[in-house]
Amino acid sequence: MDGAAPLFRMEGISKRYGGVRALEKADLTVTAGSIHAILGENGAGKSTLIKVMAGVVAPDEGNMTLEGRDVTFASPAAANHAGIVCIFQELSLIPELSVADNIVISDPPKRFGMIDRKAQRRIAEEALARAGASDIHPLALVKDLPLSRRQMVEIAKALARKPRILILDEATSALTAADVAKIFGVLKRLREQGLALLYISHRMNEIAELADQCTVFRNGRNVASYAAGSKTDNEVVELMIGREYSHIFPPKPARPQAGTPVLEARDLSWSDRLDKISLSVAAGEVVGLGGLDGQGQRELLLAFFGVLRGLSGQILVDGKPVSIASPSTASDDRVGMALIPEDRKTEGLMLPMTVRENLSFAALDRLSKAGVIDRGAEQRLIDDMVGLLAIKTAGLDIPVGALSGGNQQKVVIAKWLMRQPRIILLNDPTRGIDVGTKQELYQLMRKLADAGAAILFYSTDYDELIGCCDRVLVLYDGAVKRELIGAEITERALIASALNIHGDDARAGQGESA
Amino acid sequence: MKEWRYWLAEQRGTLLAFGIFIVMFAIYSANHPAGFTANVVQTAANKGVLLAFVAMAQTLVVITAGIDLSVGMIFTLTNCMASWLVIGTGLETAFGVVAVLGTGVICGAVNGAIVIYGRLQPIVATIATGAVYFGLALLLRPVPGGSVNEDLADFLTGRFFGFVPASLMALFVVVLIVWVPFSRSELGRAAYAAGSSETAAYMSGVPIRRGKFLAYTLAGLLAAIGGLFLTFFTYTGEAAYASGNAYTLFSIAAVVLGGVSLFGGKGSAIGAIFGALAFRTIGDLLFVFDFDPLWQPLFQGVILLIAVSLGAFALFRVRNRLEWFL
Repeated sequence: MDGAAPLFRMEGISKRYGGVRALEKADLTVTAGSIHAILGENGAGKSTLIKVMAGVVAPDEGNMTLEGRDVTFASPAAANHAGIVCIFQELSLIPELSVADNIVISDPPKRFGMIDRKAQRRIAEEALARAGASDIHPLALVKDLPLSRRQMVEIAKALARKPRILILDEATSALTAADVAKIFGVLKRLREQGLALLYISHRMNEIAELADQCTVFRNGRNVASYAAGSKTDNEVVELMIGREYSHIFPPKPARPQAGTPVLEARDLSWSDRLDKISLSVAAGEVVGLGGLDGQGQRELLLAFFGVLRGLSGQILVDGKPVSIASPSTASDDRVGMALIPEDRKTEGLMLPMTVRENLSFAALDRLSKAGVIDRGAEQRLIDDMVGLLAIKTAGLDIPVGALSGGNQQKVVIAKWLMRQPRIILLNDPTRGIDVGTKQELYQLMRKLADAGAAILFYSTDYDELIGCCDRVLVLYDGAVKRELIGAEITERALIASALNIHGDDARAGQGESA
Repeated sequence: MKEWRYWLAEQRGTLLAFGIFIVMFAIYSANHPAGFTANVVQTAANKGVLLAFVAMAQTLVVITAGIDLSVGMIFTLTNCMASWLVIGTGLETAFGVVAVLGTGVICGAVNGAIVIYGRLQPIVATIATGAVYFGLALLLRPVPGGSVNEDLADFLTGRFFGFVPASLMALFVVVLIVWVPFSRSELGRAAYAAGSSETAAYMSGVPIRRGKFLAYTLAGLLAAIGGLFLTFFTYTGEAAYASGNAYTLFSIAAVVLGGVSLFGGKGSAIGAIFGALAFRTIGDLLFVFDFDPLWQPLFQGVILLIAVSLGAFALFRVRNRLEWFL
């Protein structure tokens, strides 16, 4: 870049969540009239960086300057006021209000102290037109719009605030190709008008088309900044790699003979989130689901577990088609499936209830005779589980909420193991737990597979996929884009296929590791 | 979609409540021994308006995704206060009215402060404050009694031009000076936004707390207006526990009938008013058919169940079953 004075600068920003560092002395400089792309793999600190900029979280240390003056933002409203507007990945629209209400929400036009509906309508129409979304009616309720339209409203809302710095966090992820083209036109025009744009995307082709400047984040730090187009995709992937391998993984067995698959999917589709997914998992196999966060991995696990309605395609268990209408059919003996959910606090545990009660919930039908719980059998099984998983608890009758995160997660897993499932689905089970417990979980997973379970394991942590899985299926936009087997599972191959980079780069990575 | 369709979609709950009310009232007045006369309308209006005020109060809180179980007790407390204060010369009466309404505002503000700044759940907080308000009412009127400025009372419960019930006009005026400005103000919209999605509202820089606080405070005011009118109708104050609780519960029923979502963010006080009037009419229907009054609660309950069931049909369209629990 030339010597233009920076509009906004962040220096030495750090942020920790509990013991996990999300940002470590990160720097960023934003210049007016340019589009700045931020790259990095899952958990590299991009989202936290933006949240700090937008006033959603306060940094632990570091300082920010806007036009040379020190600034701190106590709330999103304060950041908005300073001209920094962010379009978040999770939408910030209010579902029950109309599009026009939402667009002017932070500063509605007023007449005699009341909201001036005519002026509001005018502003909304103008903003929608600027965003290239005049097809959206300003009086429509946001909750009635499909996701891609909502995203356009979100962009219009940001534009209506007349920002100086506009942050787009994966803002195009839900858009159709036609909308993306429109938005790109809008963004380029905004750049000409002198706005600073910060653009976060995993789509390399978008970055190549838009960005003037790129910054790569890794492990909470900015590791490189370069002018767009001065590095190849391969070099960029190289920059994004490089997390230390700090976990010890159990050795993988020699690749088992392909037996009959225990769990199989054929052309599974749902809504616009799953797109003709076919896969199979055999007994004794750990199959990973990779890819960027939110590419349909969660929905796939929920689909198997009978949570989603209106699925098309087939699910087969032991080679026979089954219809799984609810989690209770999924977990009965005929299917024998268990799902370790992503959010243990809401979907896995009843926090105020005791460890004992939580452990027994999923297996009550097995433990009771004529509706009465066999206390003795329950106790024996619970003792087995507490021993097997080495759950550290002050007793079985304390609330499960009092346990550490790692031990809570063990309780969630133990609860399902009490049913002796043959098919185990894991949804990012190691998020937010300590390294020691992670290691125990990896070993447990392998032990269960060796005992004959078929395991489908989704993780946002590439190291885990590399260390634990016999095969990894990489999802992109709700479809399986690539299957990596055995030694093909490398960080380079995972990142390249997660970014859906075609061509020489990805293959070069694959060749090296093979 | 055409312009008017959006308007229709927005007003659907209100229009439905209006429709239910019209049908019920038509059946009621057609079968009333006296027929559709000014007297019948006046009596019906005076009964309905009380619940309408309390239901408006409930609406404001329900819009923020809260619930106010103390509205009936604020209504009772202000009734007892009015039976002491709203009396005497014109000036004294005016002072009494201001004091009664001020008490309602304070009660509502206390609820709001506890829920918003004390971060207690609305249901628990308002059960507790409701008990306190009833306790105060009981201290004011250990036994029913007191009186009220009868000129004012007769004026506000009588008729204008021989056929327009004054209480209905009063309700109209209150809607005009309380509800309309609220629903069109920035803070009113903040209350809706907070009820619909508090995190999204926060992310958008909406003044959530002030919006919710205003909603609770105005709820107190509206309940007090109801209490004042109760005094005008009965000429006395009474700390009646059962009646206070009944008003609280009926206000929730009226709100639901009026198309206000208990999940927050949706609905209008106008809908709740028609909900209240319809609910009252349903209750009175049995009298004109000469049924035993014993049947009233049963009948009212069945009608209410049918009405609220209409709102649950949306669940059949959910594709991800986890959304049932959101």
